Amino acid sequence: MQKRFPHARSVNGARVALVERTLLRTPLYERHVALGARVVPFAGYEMPVQYAGVSEEHRAVRGDCGVFDVSHMGELHVDGPTAQVFLQEMLSNDVDRLEDGGAQYTLLTNERGGIVDDLIVYRFGRGVFLLVVNASNRGAVYGWLKEREPRGTEVRDASDEYALLAVQGPRSLERLGLPDAPAFTHEMGELAGIEVMICRTGYTGEKGVELCCAEGDAPALWDAVLSRGATPCGLGARDTLRLEMCYPLHGNDITPETDAISAELGWACALDTEFTGVAELRRIKGEGPARRLVPFVMEERAVPRQGMPIEGGGEVTSGTHSPMLDRGIGMGYVPAASAAPDTELVVDVRGKARRARVVKKPIYRKES
Amino acid sequence: MAAPESYPDDLRYHPEHDWARVEGDEATLGITWFAQDALGELVHYEAPDVGTTVSKDASYGEVESVKAVSDIVAPLSGEVLEVNQKVVDEPEVVNEDPYGGGWLIRIRMSDPGEVGGLLDAEAYRAHVAEQ
Repeated sequence: MQKRFPHARSVNGARVALVERTLLRTPLYERHVALGARVVPFAGYEMPVQYAGVSEEHRAVRGDCGVFDVSHMGELHVDGPTAQVFLQEMLSNDVDRLEDGGAQYTLLTNERGGIVDDLIVYRFGRGVFLLVVNASNRGAVYGWLKEREPRGTEVRDASDEYALLAVQGPRSLERLGLPDAPAFTHEMGELAGIEVMICRTGYTGEKGVELCCAEGDAPALWDAVLSRGATPCGLGARDTLRLEMCYPLHGNDITPETDAISAELGWACALDTEFTGVAELRRIKGEGPARRLVPFVMEERAVPRQGMPIEGGGEVTSGTHSPMLDRGIGMGYVPAASAAPDTELVVDVRGKARRARVVKKPIYRKES
Repeated sequence: MAAPESYPDDLRYHPEHDWARVEGDEATLGITWFAQDALGELVHYEAPDVGTTVSKDASYGEVESVKAVSDIVAPLSGEVLEVNQKVVDEPEVVNEDPYGGGWLIRIRMSDPGEVGGLLDAEAYRAHVAEQ
């Protein structure tokens, strides 16, 4: 049985994601403004960074249910009889292990084992895949794949046809009236009469779903989710939530210059398969990386930020104030010798030496 | 939690969105409603040490929210007599009560004549309206 993604149209001459000169808006822009959101430019879009406040939204997701407009993210269809072989060569994880209705976190790697993007690949059927990619990398990923697209595969950027809502939190399924389902699966369904792709994925560490719908249905879906008691949440809370879980952010913690092994993403690399840069990743894994991406918490009152030096040759790649721990937290690359949990670090916070400590992932763990 | 917008008449203002409450030769300093609203919920206050001096128009500390960090500009010059430890421990007090519990430092002015150069509430409101 072949499940088709809704509204998936095969078009000749796929549209290229152009570098936009002006800021784009998601179909929910008016909703955000009406809710009093603070709107900022992000990845070429005018996006809500917060509504009521970052900490309040953060706690809503940890304790109940929040909804994020993540329609700025890119959706690429990769279809055709050779699509699976092609994706297996392009992506770090083992696409062959994906079943229909399955989803997989994976990396698009370059020849040096660097990370062009981290993304989720969804399989709908034999030769029918959807890639959900970071907004800021949409053009890069599309260009990378299009350039290498083999006969029998069509890569198509459908980002403008879809909206994506992340509904996350321990009460999210209850509020949406959805049954529980295994993580990293997806199915077609209906919510408030709207056809949606229900993905058991997220970026918060909480139970929840990501709902993909036709762009034109987004306002009605958003209204339905809000009417069921979800708290609107902005990109600010999305960042603090993901950092408490140590989920890397592309552009901060992982880049085309950082390799997957040093970034502790070896679990998403099937090194027994052949994909771009795999030889380099095997070498780094065999020799052991010189630097590793580690999570840390501040031992003193201070908020670490991206780019701050870590004594001994390291650097903060993400930092914020954790609403749950009420202290500074972050991730950064440190020499491998300093990467073990409990190692003391010293972060240069605008000229002031502030103590931090390497911790195990995740930085925040729920008492259950 | 966040306070409603206000700019009390009894305060003097610096265009960089700082306020001063002048009492004799002492002054209490803080950031305005506009400043805290622009920053969002504060999570860190890097305070100066008691006994150090602050100079009008220069930074004497930092306030930081989840998404931004900002220098705090002194509206007046003087010696730091007291730091609001409550704000060091719970920076969000500034969002809840920017002109009361959210004061930042108390100083002894070295040049009380500087007060005359600050904006009154009406002028500051006009300044904010242009932002």
